[in-house]
Amino acid sequence: MAEIQALILYSSLFLTLFFEVFLLITYLEIREELNLEEKYLNKNIERFPTVTIIVPCFNEEHTVKKTILSILNLDYPKGKLSIIAVNDGSTDGTHRVLAKFKNHPQVAIFSKENGGKHTALNFALEKVESDLVGCLDADSFVNSEALKKIVPFFDDASIMAVAPSIKVYEPRSVLQYIQRIEYNWGIFLRRMLSSLGALYVTPGPFSIFRTQVFRELGGYRAGHYTEDLEMAMRMQKHHYKIVNSHGAHVYTVTPARLVALYKQRVRWTYGFLNNAIDYREMFFNKKYGHIGIFILPIATSSIFSTLYLVGYMLWNNLLSAFDVVVKFQTVGFNWKSSLPSYDWFFFNTSVMPILVLSGVILTFVILYLALKLADGRARLSRGVFYYLTLYIFIVPFWLTKAVFSTIFRRQISWK
Amino acid sequence: MEVVRHGSLQVMIDSKKYIIAFIITAAIFGTAIFVSNLLSQKKLEDVRAIENRVALDILSSETQFALLEETSCKDIGPGFLSQELGSLGEKLSYAENQSELDTNNLEYLKRSYFLLEIKDYLLMKRLTEKCGIEPTFILYFYSTIKDICEDCDKMGYVLTALRDKYPDLRVYSFDYHFDVGAINTLTSIYKVKPDLPALIINGQTYYGFHSVEDLEKAVPALRVATTSILGTD
Repeated sequence: MAEIQALILYSSLFLTLFFEVFLLITYLEIREELNLEEKYLNKNIERFPTVTIIVPCFNEEHTVKKTILSILNLDYPKGKLSIIAVNDGSTDGTHRVLAKFKNHPQVAIFSKENGGKHTALNFALEKVESDLVGCLDADSFVNSEALKKIVPFFDDASIMAVAPSIKVYEPRSVLQYIQRIEYNWGIFLRRMLSSLGALYVTPGPFSIFRTQVFRELGGYRAGHYTEDLEMAMRMQKHHYKIVNSHGAHVYTVTPARLVALYKQRVRWTYGFLNNAIDYREMFFNKKYGHIGIFILPIATSSIFSTLYLVGYMLWNNLLSAFDVVVKFQTVGFNWKSSLPSYDWFFFNTSVMPILVLSGVILTFVILYLALKLADGRARLSRGVFYYLTLYIFIVPFWLTKAVFSTIFRRQISWK
Repeated sequence: MEVVRHGSLQVMIDSKKYIIAFIITAAIFGTAIFVSNLLSQKKLEDVRAIENRVALDILSSETQFALLEETSCKDIGPGFLSQELGSLGEKLSYAENQSELDTNNLEYLKRSYFLLEIKDYLLMKRLTEKCGIEPTFILYFYSTIKDICEDCDKMGYVLTALRDKYPDLRVYSFDYHFDVGAINTLTSIYKVKPDLPALIINGQTYYGFHSVEDLEKAVPALRVATTSILGTD
């Protein structure tokens, strides 16, 4: 039993370190590419393709106005950009807010019975005639430069979709500060995956597709509550190229409270696991390149290795805490013996802590690069502090729930 | 590099990258194992060095004691007995729980530690008899075998706390089940039953857990300053 435990433990550590090293090598490889991309995106666009942005709304009365205004404010020729807002059976004042745009030449408004986000998107897709089409969730806002940082990618005829960089909109709560760092980490990861041809999500906020993608592969599906993930997986399966434009910034309102965040993440993880099961033939399949042989398997296994490593760590800390309590009960508190010893002899020098330390150092390096890529500079903010100290304690909750729901085929809630 | 052609898209699998990442990760693992080994060897050497110093201290005390036959008790200065036995014991008991340390080496070090303790104990006993001092030492028997001695951890905390409180108190701890002839002799002299933890204070045996207050009551000598002979300077 102890041998099996050690085997799982060290395999998990090996995979984690391997992934971090792999990411860093990828970063070193594409540094040049990032510079070239920057130059390419800054040159003038000669031909502006027509673009439609779909805004699906379900009870978004507080944010949808700002969402639509941010699209209208995009630095892009007015005649080439239109909006289709779909009220998916909202029960709040969304309808009233949308009505304010009904005479706007760039905005078309539709209402339908509630059927879920993917039905709202498909409803709008049927009306789309532009070259490119994208979606912007009604809780997100685009930077005015965003579309200009995306469109040039479509000069490459093989590129079928471009994903943006998503940032957290005006963080206020501790959880939002944590997510801010987490999203920046995501920006880095997505950029690396882009170069590997291994993006497996075209995020709801402002991923732009060639309209032909939907004509050829069909519209959105329910996709286990993650229609954006299912779409990307379907595209990857059909070898449609997806890239990421890390300079195209989209801001999204993130959950401020733990319960909302928990539900959102359970949905994401559940969606990933179930789509991974649906697209299992891509796993370890050389035909699909990096995404098949490495990224999908490691993304799946990392859910389990994270659970195992965090569980192992918590259990050990719990045992030490128990020892401290017993000691306190036995002899009371004593400054002299309660302070940690600074004699190096009493530092744990077994292989495990040294490996964990290596992992932590690599994590810091990647975090530094991620912050630099996302914000242009890396500094120690309170977000970083919260992220490093608290994030690890909340992740296991949604991972556990998502794994549990997947195994026992339980339904999860959308919101 | 292998190029898989499919449709309009070229999927490139750069297997070299996986090999490089694997080699680097394996190198990190290798380094971790190497560093860990190096440090644990260093720890054992540390313990051995302390043992050598303690042995020398004891030899010096014995020599001084032999000379005592010709002089009087007041010639014995502070720190007559080795001051390092306590920290040696702490290090060894920490090392016992570290799986990465070489077991054979550790066994050897524990064996010599127990023997040094017994030598120190005999010296201490002779000294207290000759100079008429209240003895301030505790013989403590514990076990490292799982589930045999549930109170041993707690007892250990109490004895450490006592030693912090009374720097002159000498606690000699012995692993009851450790295969050393001298420990067996000691347990048969004092007729210590394997009902652990067991303490011997002033020739009397106590079994089971005892708190700091219990022990302070049992050893009134604890409260008497004995710095002149055994004290730390």
